[in-house]
Amino acid sequence: MMTNHGNRLTQGQFSYLPELTDKQITAQIEYALGKNWALGVEYTDDPHPRNTYWEMYGNPMFDLKDASAILTEINACRETFPNHYVRVTAFDSTQGVESVQMSYIVNRPKTEPGFGLTRQEVGGRQIQYTVHSYATDKPEGERY
Amino acid sequence: MSNSSNPGARADTPVKAAAVAQPVDTPVVALGQARSVGEVLAQSQVEEVIAELDRDLVGLAPVKARIRDIAALLVIDKLRINLGLVSEAPSLHMNFVGNPGTGKTSVAMRMAQILHRLGYVRKGHLVAVTRDDLVGQYIGHTAPKTKEVLKKAMGGVLFIDEAYYLYRPENERDYGQEAIEILLQVMENQRDDLVVILAGYKDRMDTFFESNPGMSSRIAHHLDFPDYSIDELLHISQKMLTQQNYVFAPDADAVFKRYLGLRVQQPHFANARSVRNALDRARLRQASRLFADRDRKLSVDDLQTLTAADFAASRVFLQADDRPDA
Repeated sequence: MMTNHGNRLTQGQFSYLPELTDKQITAQIEYALGKNWALGVEYTDDPHPRNTYWEMYGNPMFDLKDASAILTEINACRETFPNHYVRVTAFDSTQGVESVQMSYIVNRPKTEPGFGLTRQEVGGRQIQYTVHSYATDKPEGERY
Repeated sequence: MSNSSNPGARADTPVKAAAVAQPVDTPVVALGQARSVGEVLAQSQVEEVIAELDRDLVGLAPVKARIRDIAALLVIDKLRINLGLVSEAPSLHMNFVGNPGTGKTSVAMRMAQILHRLGYVRKGHLVAVTRDDLVGQYIGHTAPKTKEVLKKAMGGVLFIDEAYYLYRPENERDYGQEAIEILLQVMENQRDDLVVILAGYKDRMDTFFESNPGMSSRIAHHLDFPDYSIDELLHISQKMLTQQNYVFAPDADAVFKRYLGLRVQQPHFANARSVRNALDRARLRQASRLFADRDRKLSVDDLQTLTAADFAASRVFLQADDRPDA
């Protein structure tokens, strides 16, 4: 049984929805800016669920106050990495919180091979399970 | 009153990326239904800013008139849009020319507020930059630097002080040209994202525009800031003193007026900024005068009054060989 039709990566917010349009992304950015969160753009070609730390595209934008400036940055990242996953994060720097409040994918590769389930037999015929991204069989930069 | 009401004078260090106007809520929805000039004015509260401009800034009559004209155009444009009459987004880039200390930065801050209240810029902050903030030091450094500044200014007003420095004809490899090209592109393509205000001395700005016709044709509004008259300068000084809780002694303002008359003729006169410096020096003299008298009990009056002697000691009078108290 296929649980994830089309192998769409479902990580972060809005990942079960159709791709966000620029207008929708702008609205989300404005929401984050309204809460004084700093936005960042990150990309990766290794979208394993446990891969928390994606590469940052530029610095977190603590100093930008307008959505169109951040959208410019997102588009620059999409242009540079058209076949990578790109996500937008919103970081809340309030003391005691200091963590990411929003995270959503804004760009994904044309084809997403998805993940395979790997079974490993260990002592006493026990089975250990793990997921493995088909894309990562290839070296970095050639995955998608 | 806002702390930026320093009449005609600019802050010592330009406020970088300072949020000038952050009204509680932007009346965008209501603005969209306005049908009369009065409604737009009432809902955008733009009249308040213009009235404040009139009240806080001394003189500058032609500038104020131009700003009122621009505001009128924007208000009428809003009404046209509301009734479905298509008009192109007006080009709002401006050029402020005038001698130092004539209030270019102060007016730019108010302009940002006016544009914000009418909904022509989204955030209404003013980012003040000079050549150093835009132009890099080596190949490939300029573009990211300029873009960084432009991103910061998006949704607000980018104020480029002494903009003519961007173009250095004597060095054909100067990176300023690259910054100008990026600026032009954004000024043309992202008109609703930011408004650019250039500022500088008149003659140098004229040369700048002659050598950069692309820049000249993209700037719709040229505002000329005249020098202040002696009476206006005196008025400015009184406002500055009131702000700092000082007063002129009864005979001191006459001496200060004579001082201004002499100072204006000297080189490097920077209008309101020179006035502020002169007042600062007078405060210094007042302080040492009071300091010399150790045992005297000082009253409020003593502490807030600048006397004629505090001004008469200025070297401007010495050079003019015209001691007022002689």
